[in-house]
Amino acid sequence: MSRAKKNFINNLITYGMVVVAFLICQLALSGSIDGFKMSRSLKGQLVPICVYIVMAVSLNLTVGISGELSLGHAGFMSVGAFSGIIMSTWLAARFNMNNEVVRLIISLFTGGIFAGIAGVLIGIPVLRLRGDYLAIVTLAFGEIIRNVLNCLYFSIDEGRLHMSFLDPMLPGKMIYNGPAGATGVDKISTFGMGFALILFTLFVVLNLINSRSGRAIMAIRDARVAAESVGINVPKYKMMAFVISAALAGMAGALYGLNISSVTAAKFKFDTSILVLVFVVLGGIGNIRGSVIAAALLTVLPEVLRAFSDYRMLVYAIVLIVVMLASNSPFIATRIATLKSKIIRKNQTKEGNPA
Amino acid sequence: MVSLLSHLLNGISLGSVYAIIALGYTMVYGIAKMLNFAHGDVIMIGAYITFSAVHMWNMPPVLAVVISMVVCTVLGVLIEGLAYKPLRQATSLAVLITAIGMSYLLQNIALLVWGPNPKSFPSVIGLPSISLLDGQLIIAAETIVTVLANIVIMIALTLFTNKTKMGKSMRGVSEDKGAAQLMGINVNLTISVTFAIGSALAAIAGVLLCSTYPVLMPTTGSMPGIKAFTAAVFGGIGSIPGAMLGGILLGVIEILGKAYVSTELSDAIVFGVLIIVLLVKPTGLLGKKVHEKV
Repeated sequence: MSRAKKNFINNLITYGMVVVAFLICQLALSGSIDGFKMSRSLKGQLVPICVYIVMAVSLNLTVGISGELSLGHAGFMSVGAFSGIIMSTWLAARFNMNNEVVRLIISLFTGGIFAGIAGVLIGIPVLRLRGDYLAIVTLAFGEIIRNVLNCLYFSIDEGRLHMSFLDPMLPGKMIYNGPAGATGVDKISTFGMGFALILFTLFVVLNLINSRSGRAIMAIRDARVAAESVGINVPKYKMMAFVISAALAGMAGALYGLNISSVTAAKFKFDTSILVLVFVVLGGIGNIRGSVIAAALLTVLPEVLRAFSDYRMLVYAIVLIVVMLASNSPFIATRIATLKSKIIRKNQTKEGNPA
Repeated sequence: MVSLLSHLLNGISLGSVYAIIALGYTMVYGIAKMLNFAHGDVIMIGAYITFSAVHMWNMPPVLAVVISMVVCTVLGVLIEGLAYKPLRQATSLAVLITAIGMSYLLQNIALLVWGPNPKSFPSVIGLPSISLLDGQLIIAAETIVTVLANIVIMIALTLFTNKTKMGKSMRGVSEDKGAAQLMGINVNLTISVTFAIGSALAAIAGVLLCSTYPVLMPTTGSMPGIKAFTAAVFGGIGSIPGAMLGGILLGVIEILGKAYVSTELSDAIVFGVLIIVLLVKPTGLLGKKVHEKV
């Protein structure tokens, strides 16, 4: 089978998996089958699941495909969340826009655009660095974004948007109130839109990976000097991956922000960046389908195991360490390899000598 | 003028704590070439052990600090042996993520053992503060002890790395691991000793930090840890004088930023300075330039 065909089938499986999961959830939501009904707490998790899937897939673009460890992904999420909220409130106040779907779509793209702009601004300095330094600077930028957001104030007065820095006295109704965050947000996010956003993200990321640009990005990851020497424009392609990843995170952020009535910048701490990184690592670095599955399962898991919620992060930490050790340690790798060959040999002898 | 002086002193005191933490980062990075993200949480564990020893078992503070250093040393060596040693050949991404996992593990263990409520950590330094210039300038005893501790640690570490056999093997391993092994240096032992020293320093830093800022929570270590790491990068990671310089500069910038610009923005200023320094001098202030091999 040719590589292109293999990729095509692989992508089809990923899309199909998401569509089937969506249909099953819709069926459970409608409650048309007896005994197959979604619990209330799980219903509340549907949009966050979509948000985290998009976050994980977009971070995988930076970490897995482009090979740059980013520890500030939640920063882009927060930029998207607050610009999306402000856009949605402004649209409602200025144009009396009642069509929530249109308002949500415009807000999502606004979140994406602003996060993309933040991605460009941050990418210019960050992408000059490499390895651990790059990781620590993305972390620093995530913290800077959170700090600056704590100093911003937005209000709306007769359809006009007001903004100030470090000065909470603004005319009209406050939308975004510095450290107190955004309150009284219209909850217009829907599960359907979350599903659409996942499909959009998969469409963008999977098509990018299988394009000429995607191959250039992966070539830079695997051998930067070699890629440079055959004429690949390294800064351009690194920037492309970074900005697309940031913009998608912004869209996820907007979806997240418009799903709850009050959000503060503290929600998008370093911890959130790490949580998404855990999804990416456990799903398999560079494996998009893995990210989708890991994000969905690990977002649902704490809801299902509510009784153990105190141990949630403890279990996360242990799982993370064990997975990293199991997949990277030569000691464990050789053990697994010998075990595998033993099993295979056993099967072969069984087939060879039927009793 | 007096207020500026007092801010500077506070900055140097905070910076000294950052410098001691940064030493742990910089030594481990210099020798094992890895970011030990869990270092900040070893500080937190050290502070909790001291807290428990003083308030639950009624020990004298000096003994409590010694116990906390011993526990942290063992913890550091254990973490290295269990989580980092199997990953010597792995990519730096894998090691970094394991270290982040370790950091979360320590935080959550502390959460289970000591509970989520913040503990107020009374200073273990029972000395009166000094008042100068007719009481306009008050220097807390904590400030003096912190700065003195920093100076003593710096001198001791410099002597250790330059004069002892172990120090020599440390320098050898950080220069070239393979060649050091061929020369008969026990690389694994050297790395373990580095972790032990770094973790013992973390325990001291934890006590000093909590004596000055007396709130103790499972997440107490993470922000100072990140900032101390920033200090280590700022000064040039892998360099002991660089960690000292970076730590003190960072502490002064943070306190001056808080005092004269804005409390909310002080972290942003600190990280902003880091980014600018890295852009101008990607290896930090005192770091060595590494040439790329193709």
